[in-house]
Amino acid sequence: MKLELGYIHIKDIQFSDVSKVENGILYVNKEEVKALILEDQNFQKADVDLAKPGESVRIMPVKDVIEPRVKVEGPGGVFPGMINKVETVGSGKTHVLKGAAVVTTGKIVGFQEGIIDMSGPGAEYTPFSKLNNLVIVCEPVEGLKQHEHEKALRFAGYKVAAYLGELARNLTPDEVEVFETPTLTEGLKMYPDLPRVAYVEMLQSQGLLHDTYVYGVDAKQILPTMIYPTEVMDGAIVSGNCVSACDKNTTYHHLNNPVIHELYKEHGKTLNFVGVIITNENVYLADKERSSNWSAKLAEFFGVDGVIVSEEGFGNPDTDLIMNCKKIEAKGIKTVLITDEYAGRDGTSQSLADADPSANAVVSGGNANEIIELPPMEKLIGHVEVADVIAGGFDGSLHEDGSITAELQVITGATNEMGFNTLSAR
Amino acid sequence: MIRVVHYINQFFANVGGEEMAHIPAEVREGMLGPGLALQQAFKDEAEIVATIVCGDSYFNENMDEAKKTIIEMVKKYEPDLFIAGPAFNAGRYGVACGAIAKAVKDELNIPVLTGMFEENPGAEMFKNDIYIVATKNSAAGMRDAVKKMAPLALKLAKGEKIGASIEEGYLPNGKRVNFFEKEIGAKRAVDMLLAKLNNKEFQTEFPMPDFDRVAPNPAIKDITKAKIALVTSGGIVPKGNPDHIESSSASKYGKYDIDGVMDLTEETYQTAHGGYDPVYANLDPDRVLPVDILREFEKEGKIGSLHRYYYATVGNGTAVKNAKAFAEKFSKELVADGVDAVILTST
Repeated sequence: MKLELGYIHIKDIQFSDVSKVENGILYVNKEEVKALILEDQNFQKADVDLAKPGESVRIMPVKDVIEPRVKVEGPGGVFPGMINKVETVGSGKTHVLKGAAVVTTGKIVGFQEGIIDMSGPGAEYTPFSKLNNLVIVCEPVEGLKQHEHEKALRFAGYKVAAYLGELARNLTPDEVEVFETPTLTEGLKMYPDLPRVAYVEMLQSQGLLHDTYVYGVDAKQILPTMIYPTEVMDGAIVSGNCVSACDKNTTYHHLNNPVIHELYKEHGKTLNFVGVIITNENVYLADKERSSNWSAKLAEFFGVDGVIVSEEGFGNPDTDLIMNCKKIEAKGIKTVLITDEYAGRDGTSQSLADADPSANAVVSGGNANEIIELPPMEKLIGHVEVADVIAGGFDGSLHEDGSITAELQVITGATNEMGFNTLSAR
Repeated sequence: MIRVVHYINQFFANVGGEEMAHIPAEVREGMLGPGLALQQAFKDEAEIVATIVCGDSYFNENMDEAKKTIIEMVKKYEPDLFIAGPAFNAGRYGVACGAIAKAVKDELNIPVLTGMFEENPGAEMFKNDIYIVATKNSAAGMRDAVKKMAPLALKLAKGEKIGASIEEGYLPNGKRVNFFEKEIGAKRAVDMLLAKLNNKEFQTEFPMPDFDRVAPNPAIKDITKAKIALVTSGGIVPKGNPDHIESSSASKYGKYDIDGVMDLTEETYQTAHGGYDPVYANLDPDRVLPVDILREFEKEGKIGSLHRYYYATVGNGTAVKNAKAFAEKFSKELVADGVDAVILTST
């Protein structure tokens, strides 16, 4: 399967009468975006704001971040099974508004939503401080239950991202990248001497607001399966979860999965990247056993020599991570795990909820419990008063001057377990 | 100017080798031996005001007395910083450096630093108590050791933030510290996998810990006579969360009186837990903390009684160390209250 990604580099974002992209500037008609959000009767009010790199702006509580993309050639549309038909995506051409994103916020859904600071020390920890963000502030109607609220907000994000993505349909990309994965047998013939590598991507599926969707299917209900890496680039996997902000994979992360990109860079040179095995992180023991059996079995079936396993979330999923590792290693396949740590505020506690000697190659995204001081910002988008109750915050996190003392956990994407960032711990 | 007292053994003081290892501690004004290199690296920021020389055998054979004497010597100079060694792979010297540095830190409450080879027995003994710079295994590594020790020493003396072990060059001390790598995690993972596949050396970023296993207690002989307590990490608290237990990374637990409470309702209880959709737990908190069923069992004589208090915390991202400390505290109360068994509920 072959996909061409055409990047249109976005240097700035502004409001305007007409939504369009011109000379690297993304112009957005605020009213059209608002109307799009308010199509959903679950929202009583919507606002749209801008947040650019370097500005003294804090966005919270952040639910999801989505990169605007549009399919210009090949079957299907972005986010299949969600806002487009269930067509197999991942081939043809897709245009990307690189450097722009849609950020969803509004009244807090649960507890596990995050903070994006566009400048200051907090900005160093989140990749989204480097983007030109269209922030949609969606306020739900009274009495809307959390799971309904989550769903409505999730769809509002996709719709607005697709609306922006559409602006790129007829543009000429500034840069083009081509990704291609041959079939198993073709790959064997092409690279007979290279080690075969797969990526085992664990999808958050603990349920109760901890969900991920694959072609519209709740990942709780999947058996581990195979997906072409390019399908992911067209939005075949999307986030619907409220796991702690620091290590949830937002939809932006899925679209730009760094493990996939790094493996493609080595594909055909030092290794043969055969594809992605997706598995889940359900809470029942039987599900954990079944899914890890299955991911190990698929790795064996694809005849790979090594895998990279990425986790999402922490605690309960640590057991899935270790089960995957143990069972895959037991088949003689080498593993590298990517996780983050919950070593306590002083860094002296046990980092993971499970461990095994076979997990001897681990990449760490950092200690999520480490305390960070976030200075006040001139402008706040969303609801800053939730600082004390979001995961990683505590009684007294929010100070009178607007500064926040909290665990790194509160920052969206800070300890990402796909290895999106340079942060680590020792 | 930062005042430094330096500790070295008889060999590095040029007093003699093994034959002089018995000499007791003595003070020399100013710097001596490896102190010269350290002083050079400090430039004008710090001054070695005194050097304490002690024989390795003497220190190890008379440890308590040696520590006492040396601490008195150090105190006199009112230093801002104490440095011992580096000891490289010299076993007794390493133990002496670790022991005296820890003693000075504990007694005089000033920052301390030493250096030694990672396999020096002193490293294993003291690396979690004091900063120990990782050095080569012989004195040939002096330049490298000084290069790492001097800047870390100055940072410690100035009370600056100490970075991760890999950045500062000290031996991992069981305390995880964040820092920014040069490459993103995904690239590091691919590089690590390629090394592992090609049987080349690689270093895990997180060595797996030894895991606690708790053996279950023997079963209750007669449950109909047993006093049962409820403990939960599911965050069930009286409405309003009076103790402000955090939604994640809990730093505390609550103890709540349920005397006469037959049923937990939406009006009276709630969850403080931030790790799951709270709707169903809030609608009926008995789903997480089964007070209603235990009251029925109590009435029917299926259990002896339900303990008057329940304990609750939030198990979401809560450090294992915190959880252990909570349980150590309240399990004593449970035992004192004559509780026979505990039902632990999680979410």
